[in-house]
Amino acid sequence: MRSALIADEVRVPIDRDADIVTARQKGRELATQCGLLSTDLAVVATAISELARNIVRYAARGEIIVRRVDENGKRGVEVVAVDEGPGIPDVTLAMQDGYSTSGGLGLGLPGTRRLMDEFEIISDFGKGTTVTVRRWKR
Amino acid sequence: MQVPILKQGAYLIATVQSALTDEDLKQLRDTLVVSVSKVRARGVIVDVTALDVIDSFATRTLRDVAHMIRLRGAETVIVGIQPEVAFSMVKLGLSLEGIATSLDLEEGLAYLDRKGKGPEHEVRTHR
Repeated sequence: MRSALIADEVRVPIDRDADIVTARQKGRELATQCGLLSTDLAVVATAISELARNIVRYAARGEIIVRRVDENGKRGVEVVAVDEGPGIPDVTLAMQDGYSTSGGLGLGLPGTRRLMDEFEIISDFGKGTTVTVRRWKR
Repeated sequence: MQVPILKQGAYLIATVQSALTDEDLKQLRDTLVVSVSKVRARGVIVDVTALDVIDSFATRTLRDVAHMIRLRGAETVIVGIQPEVAFSMVKLGLSLEGIATSLDLEEGLAYLDRKGKGPEHEVRTHR
């Protein structure tokens, strides 16, 4: 039986700066409960930070969902960043290092892909963006 | 969350105590750039030991701090980047190229002391 103290999922609404910090702290807590070690905790928290900032910067509001995943005996953490913002006109371009439309460093999406084990992005121009990433326990 | 800034001799030491929002980071940058001339500091240390995440925005702001302070005639050294934070920064593609970093506060102070003596006295640590 699973302890009631262990949450399987946390959801953090994102609509301002301070929510970025909240999301990465809550995500880190859940990743700790999933048994990830310190390097992976920093990796997951950093990825959450980048994804949450993208929401604030490009979509104004959205949500970060962090959940435990068990798949074929592998255990890890999944982070989903959802928004109903303007969407990304050219995803291939957005995945390139150094490309930014907001004056940032342009490392958020390509960097997050490097940080995590799995990365998926679905963006509907005009409808919003969903980024799903996973990091497996080593 | 305000970052306390302490004056020690010719140096300013900013010690980050907990996670910072983007707004906190910008405020730290602006305060340091103004304070450095107000107290005529020759060096600034930003201690980030307490940070468990240094993402792209934090990196850019730290880089800006160092460049702005250099333009004001002083040196900046970032100290205390944790190993797992360094790992994540490199994976993300971030660097603090051209910015002085040291292991901890003590090393940071030693670095500024060497800098203050001029390049002819600079101690080379690599062999």
